[in-house]
Amino acid sequence: MDLDPEGIFRDDSDEDDDNVQEREANKEMVVYLVDASPKMFTPAFFQADEKQETHFHTIVNCITQSMKTQIIGRSYDEVAICFFNTKAKKNLQDLAGVYVYNVGDRDPLDRPTAKLIKDFSCIEDSFMDNIGSRYGITAGSRENTLYNALWVAQALLRKGSVKTISKRILIFTNEDNPFGAITGAVKTDMIRTTVQRAKDAQDLGLSIELLPLSRPDEEFNMSLFYVDLIGLDGDEITEYLPSAGEKLEDMTDQLRKRIMKKRRVKTLSFAITNDVCIEVNTYALVRPTTPGTITWLDSLSNIPLKTERSFICNDTGALLQDPQMRFQMYNDTVVKFSVRELSEVKRVSSHHLRLLGFKPLDCLKDYHNLRPSTFIYPSDEHIFGSTRVFVALHSSMLRLGRFALAFYGNPTRPQLVALVAQEELTSSSGQVESPGMHMIYLPYSDDIRYPEEVHLTSDDAPRATDEQIKKASNLLKRIDLKDFSVSHFANPGLQRHYGILEALALGEDEMPDIKDETLPDEKGLSRPGVVKAIDEFKASVYGENYDQEEAEAASAKASRGDAAKKRKAITDAASLKSAAYDWAELADNGKLKDMTVVELKSYLTAHDLPVSGKKEALISRILTHLGK
Amino acid sequence: MHGVLQEIKNICSILVHKKLVYNRSDEVGIVLFGTKETCNELAKELGGYKHVTVAHEIKVVDEGTSQALQNLPAGSVPGKVLDAIVVGLDMMIRKFGNTKGKRRLCLITSAQHSLRDPPEGTKEDQVDTIADQMKRHDIKMECIVFREPGVHHGAVMEENDRLLYQFRNRSVAKVVQVDSPTSLLGALKTRNVLPVTVFRGDLEVSSNLRIKVWVYKKTAEEKFPTLKKYSDKAPPSDKFASHEVKVDYEYKSIVEPDKVVPPDQRIKGYLYGPQVVPISSAEWEAVKFKPEKGVKLLGFTDRSSILRHHFMKDVCLFIPEPGNTKATLAVSAIARAMHQMNKVAIVRCVWRQGQGNVAFGVLTPNISSVNNVQDSFYFNVLPFAEDIREFQFRSFSSLPLSSQPTEEQQEAADNLVKMLDLAPPEREILKPEFTPNPMLERFYSYLDLKAKQPDANVPPLERCLKRITEPDPDIIDQQTPFIQNLGKAFELKENPKKKKGRTQDRLAYTAGDQSKSAAEPSVEKDGILAVLYPPTENIGEIRDLNPVQDFEAMLAKRSSSTWVQKAFEEMQKYTTALLENSRDGDNYHKALECFAALRKACIIEQEPDEFNQFLTKTYERLKNGDVANFFQLLSSKNISLISKEEAPDSDVTEEMARSFYLKQEAASQ
Repeated sequence: MDLDPEGIFRDDSDEDDDNVQEREANKEMVVYLVDASPKMFTPAFFQADEKQETHFHTIVNCITQSMKTQIIGRSYDEVAICFFNTKAKKNLQDLAGVYVYNVGDRDPLDRPTAKLIKDFSCIEDSFMDNIGSRYGITAGSRENTLYNALWVAQALLRKGSVKTISKRILIFTNEDNPFGAITGAVKTDMIRTTVQRAKDAQDLGLSIELLPLSRPDEEFNMSLFYVDLIGLDGDEITEYLPSAGEKLEDMTDQLRKRIMKKRRVKTLSFAITNDVCIEVNTYALVRPTTPGTITWLDSLSNIPLKTERSFICNDTGALLQDPQMRFQMYNDTVVKFSVRELSEVKRVSSHHLRLLGFKPLDCLKDYHNLRPSTFIYPSDEHIFGSTRVFVALHSSMLRLGRFALAFYGNPTRPQLVALVAQEELTSSSGQVESPGMHMIYLPYSDDIRYPEEVHLTSDDAPRATDEQIKKASNLLKRIDLKDFSVSHFANPGLQRHYGILEALALGEDEMPDIKDETLPDEKGLSRPGVVKAIDEFKASVYGENYDQEEAEAASAKASRGDAAKKRKAITDAASLKSAAYDWAELADNGKLKDMTVVELKSYLTAHDLPVSGKKEALISRILTHLGK
Repeated sequence: MHGVLQEIKNICSILVHKKLVYNRSDEVGIVLFGTKETCNELAKELGGYKHVTVAHEIKVVDEGTSQALQNLPAGSVPGKVLDAIVVGLDMMIRKFGNTKGKRRLCLITSAQHSLRDPPEGTKEDQVDTIADQMKRHDIKMECIVFREPGVHHGAVMEENDRLLYQFRNRSVAKVVQVDSPTSLLGALKTRNVLPVTVFRGDLEVSSNLRIKVWVYKKTAEEKFPTLKKYSDKAPPSDKFASHEVKVDYEYKSIVEPDKVVPPDQRIKGYLYGPQVVPISSAEWEAVKFKPEKGVKLLGFTDRSSILRHHFMKDVCLFIPEPGNTKATLAVSAIARAMHQMNKVAIVRCVWRQGQGNVAFGVLTPNISSVNNVQDSFYFNVLPFAEDIREFQFRSFSSLPLSSQPTEEQQEAADNLVKMLDLAPPEREILKPEFTPNPMLERFYSYLDLKAKQPDANVPPLERCLKRITEPDPDIIDQQTPFIQNLGKAFELKENPKKKKGRTQDRLAYTAGDQSKSAAEPSVEKDGILAVLYPPTENIGEIRDLNPVQDFEAMLAKRSSSTWVQKAFEEMQKYTTALLENSRDGDNYHKALECFAALRKACIIEQEPDEFNQFLTKTYERLKNGDVANFFQLLSSKNISLISKEEAPDSDVTEEMARSFYLKQEAASQ
């Protein structure tokens, strides 16, 4: 997507501009083309005491999951689901073997709805009855279902301009040789036309991607056909190769990651020295997901309301156009600034990103953090050779254990950043950590506080003894989270939020019960070994009789209750004072305004009412309380 | 210290400026020591305390305070640190006695001159006495010791340091050592925020083990101040006008745009995909997620399973409840065990009752290196599963050979990483703890400038703030060969297929927002490097090469009216010089162009008098000299006074303008 100059030059907003930008500028349209041939329905995994799963099932799961994420985070994106090699046909072009799946009054290519996700997730139950599966390209028939499917997908993606929207076709299949059943001139002809169709689509700016599924016994062979269809170079094939024979979860994982499209936030120039300036793209890999925005509705009709903002002069009441001047009170005088001057003050650097030097990794402390990090990856789009420089620096930094200190001249918040090289990490489920650099926003001196120095004692602070540390180490060993990963914990607040919305959107009565994964494992903590370790640690630090002492101290505290006593005394005094007047009569005669504020407050205190506000407010509060 | 007086002035001024914005009733006094003169109460009353000058009595901050900082004299006498502390302390005690309030002494010194021996006891005893006084009056001290790098640490300095650290050990002072002007700017806290706890309560390891902790913010971003919108509608005579702008929101139905919907008829709609689900606040309250307040431990894990780049927000600090020895011991034991075993703790925090969500994060140990500071934990928020986007990036090893560095290139990169070292032993440069925010520093000094000169321009970034945004030229100079090697080793080319204009838009900031298209016409012409490193110094003077163009560039800057005035002055000066240095009319052509340009500009700017006066004066002065014939040239080109017809402000009639040269000649004869 194009870099949004608005984002670069935007001013006085402290919002994280990444999020907003992503939503507006990087809209995406996807057509999922799912192979529905009988081969997809043969059990793909034979495992003891596990249900036999088909590739079709895996795909339905993945698409459902990705739509669920999408409806939360990027609900502006549009999706269409389209099966090919089906018995039934349903598409505008009336082509055989292609079925465009849809629910309700939604357009075939539209934003995902709650109903679509719900119905699609259980499509397998009714698939054979309603849609049906068959081999599409067979000897003797001149039908080419793959060709048809591409055509339908291309037609679906006709709306919207490719300049502002990224359009993708994702093909899910486990058939590496779709034209294997036929031979001779018919075969070459079909391959030629299909590849040509794909090329035409790509020329229109649609990207075609393949998500191949391998069977444990035979690896998906890209070179048989799909290399030509997608138009891959030799280098890129390796990237596409799925790891065959792995666990099913890994494959699901892999698919899920591939379904997501990378979204670039910005393109930056990174000046390494005065003459070497390379180009990098930034990506937001970690950002807090927030519940969606609120729209105000008319409670009678449920029609959305629009907000109108108007500026009113506080002195004259005149209506203003959006004022261009700002002011700050300084030494009790008004100091005016134009918006332009302010943006110039904020422009302290002429570069996007300027390298200052390198430091060892242990200079980056745990408290050097303010915001979520940003990921940077090189690009050769505008400056050739950028990647090469970046790769060289990356490997030097990794080997020498250093991070780069740079100045990020973002005009809203120019900041020092640490660029930490990240090594690529892979597991059986694919890439876990991507190669590149993480940009960590560093605090300035004024952003760092020293709360540890607030409560200094004159004596040395107590330190744990070796014995106590040993007991603590034992405790650490006992309460150990094996294989901890942040991706195991869903946000309970967000899950509940969307659970409720989903239930309401689908008109369900039952509120969903969301499990809070962030709660400690009570069962694990009550295992005898853990309890023993905790008790030992407690005895060593707090002493044997701590609980008892604590209970005594608590009861002593409760009986004292200094503050409570004082409050009681004040109330008592006030009710005494207030009882001296006949309030109802005073109110009837309109005499309240002749009384002093102190006298009025005595009534309010005696009746446990708030005592804030001006005299009129006090009087009206008394009148309300008297029921007048 | 004389080398950094400017920085000391700056940092103290920023402190005053911030007080003028945020804490109008704070009081500040200034004491200089090592001055030639002596001026303080103690010297008058008791004698001694020489060379300590009270430059500004403790008073509520006002313009005078920042005025007092303007001209810091360079002292000529070795400064005596303890004398200065005593004088400062005495001023505070005299002024405030035992009244309540936060009081602090900020000492900025190089602490390199020997102290006089006290009349009785040792210097250590004297420090103890002073520290007791400070404690009694609840006064804290911040000592900033500035020493140039490479200064030899003699016995005197070591003694001074020991004495200053003795204050710290008595828990009345904080001592920081800095060695560059930039870090000096960052060493003083210019805005003091009262620390407020985020949470006070139990860190629950299990239902049976609870450790009492307090949680504070460790980092919190100091924001750019939110300026209010200004309204110029109030009559200038109104002295009490607030000039504020009220922003009013009205909610209107889409169907009937004229009808305003009252607040009680509005209901919140939450988006779920394309659907909007209406829920009233009461309903929402009933079903929403309501976690119980508390901090619970989930368990411990290896440090390596937490990725540094997953830290999400500003950082908190868990300290044991003050005064609670057992909690201190418990935190200390766990923190030290974590440190030894390289483990971290995973916790789930709900800071307040009624908070809509939980904070899920990691505790890392903070082992205190100072005796009287307790051990504590840092807390960083970790992302939830929803917050992580699993994008796949191409592995560097699978990149085509054309993107892989050669051995030689790799070596050049290695050398650069090794040589551009910002953290030589014991001397880390640009430590976040001592690096000021250049944007805020610049804003507050501009604010002060603008209060005095309302049409002042934004000042350029000061030299030592530039050290933060750009590499230090000294380091660059030292490492020139390595830097050049890097440039030579790699070849960078612009992609010819991409439009150049757009590339530049992408890769460089152009000046300001509105001026993007108009202000810098040179942007289009120059190469990409010129855009990245704009020749900023050029505008602002008129040079021989292209005087008219320079003049127009100055006018085009227009960021304030002073620029226009400056342009006129520069042009007049330049033109006069041209004529005065002219021999045999060799400069006439250029001078003529300049006159024409100036005249045109004066008409556009509606400043006819500017030109008319200049022309008259020049004519009067030079008409009988060598260049008299120049005026004939001017006359022949119709360059005369600006008349009323051309600029209404002029008081010259067309007739007067036409006959200007004739009349003057006639008058002179």
